[in-house]
Amino acid sequence: MSHPLRGSAAIVGIGNTKRWKAPGRTPFDQLQEAAILALEDCGLGLKDVDGLFCAISSSGLPVLNVAERLGISVRHADGTMVGGASFLFHLQSAVAALENGLCDVALICYGSNQLSAGGRLVSMPDPQPYEAPYKPRYPISSYALAAARHMHEFGTTRENLADVALAARAWANLNPDAFARGPLTRDEILSSRMVSDPITRADCCLVTDGGAALVVTRADRARDLAKPPAYVLGTGVAVSHRQIAAMPDLTTTAAVESSRRAYAMAGVSPTDIDHVMVYDAFTITTLLFLEDLGFCPKGEGGAFVSSGAIAPGGRLPVNTNGGGLSCNHPGMYGLFTIIEAVEQLRGACGARQVQGAEIALAHANGGVLSSQATAILGSAATL
Amino acid sequence: MSTDSRFDGPGPDEIWHSSLAEGRFMLQQCRRCGTCRFPPALVCRECGSADLAWKEATGQGTVYSATTVREREGNYSVALIDLAEGARMMSRVEGIAPDAVHIDLKVEARIVDGPEPMVVFVPTKGDAS
Ligand SMILES: [Zn+2]
Repeated sequence: MSHPLRGSAAIVGIGNTKRWKAPGRTPFDQLQEAAILALEDCGLGLKDVDGLFCAISSSGLPVLNVAERLGISVRHADGTMVGGASFLFHLQSAVAALENGLCDVALICYGSNQLSAGGRLVSMPDPQPYEAPYKPRYPISSYALAAARHMHEFGTTRENLADVALAARAWANLNPDAFARGPLTRDEILSSRMVSDPITRADCCLVTDGGAALVVTRADRARDLAKPPAYVLGTGVAVSHRQIAAMPDLTTTAAVESSRRAYAMAGVSPTDIDHVMVYDAFTITTLLFLEDLGFCPKGEGGAFVSSGAIAPGGRLPVNTNGGGLSCNHPGMYGLFTIIEAVEQLRGACGARQVQGAEIALAHANGGVLSSQATAILGSAATL
Repeated sequence: MSTDSRFDGPGPDEIWHSSLAEGRFMLQQCRRCGTCRFPPALVCRECGSADLAWKEATGQGTVYSATTVREREGNYSVALIDLAEGARMMSRVEGIAPDAVHIDLKVEARIVDGPEPMVVFVPTKGDAS
């Protein structure tokens, strides 16, 4: 018997400002524009929204700030803040709230001015007194420690990591809306400045501005709206730690658990997935998630990527927008994994379109491999 | 006031910092399952018990992972140390070049004095690994 939430809700509207460098705009400006675009995309209005889900790096009270600005009469809200994966946690929460009648139209939204505000990750007020004395670069050193351990245990190389960045750039070159386009070579990546061994500048995601939003409704209502619905077949979330020293095994993330839950709800397995989006804040995260989501065995992510599997023309299309490495990364990138998945299911991706994409998986990460969330989306044919 | 006497006295973070100021590197051990934890907290992360005892760490450890942070002012080590007691902590390894710190290196703790005393590690003498 299928899970009661499988296909019960659908993403009916998406909004993406694509303003990756937008001085003079606040995070809330980016968020509001994305919300308006998402509602116009499906033909609903702000007065239809009664469920609000948001997170923003620079605000501790995002639901209040956003509800006031957009004039939303909130009947249900969730401001869960777990870093970049927040919006996929929100999606799971929205699906449950919709199914139980706590709201009828859910708006999930985000905005950032990270690049214009100075080009560094906006750090949240969340001091870590057991790490701070040792001055790790946050969050880079935490990911570097995971990469070093992965290399030690499995023989993963810097060349394998470079090939993640190369695949992302190759996809970005097919996406006119990507921020970083143009030629890029393995040698350029390998000779990039070392930041925290073995992570170089080229292993790190972009720093951009941006805004994104989703509108989610129950499936019955979704059918009558403007665009083909992307049904939420399964979701799963997991949290394993806050600081990197408390992560049980630095080579295996809680994406194992979040994806197991999402696959179980959706009733599908990795071989059923046509299109994959994974949160690539650093090149190592793509390897870890390909393994932990079941697309290749543990430890073989490097060889999998270096075989050309995830690049255009490979056997598994991954991060087709160009990812956080080459499309955009406003600090909390999770919502953009969903937006690309929806666009692929709609068949709206032009030169980067995955032919016949019916089931897409979007996976997001937050903190320092701390929070993990997986969503599996499907076209009407998959219900 | 009817507070629960099990939680009387200074909290675990306070005990950790005041012990360190006295030159002692302390760890919490679960009285139910024996697991050690770091950083300090009120419960055992392994079994959920709130019955934790403090004990002095041996200071012996092994590098679980290591990175060299590259800054204009100079490079330095950041490492995760698996303590002999089983807990893991972030620290740095001193006494050798940052990029010579490698996984599986045997290390031992030193307390660095100062306004904010901290635990660092040096290679264990005679470890040729
Ligand atoms: Zn215990």
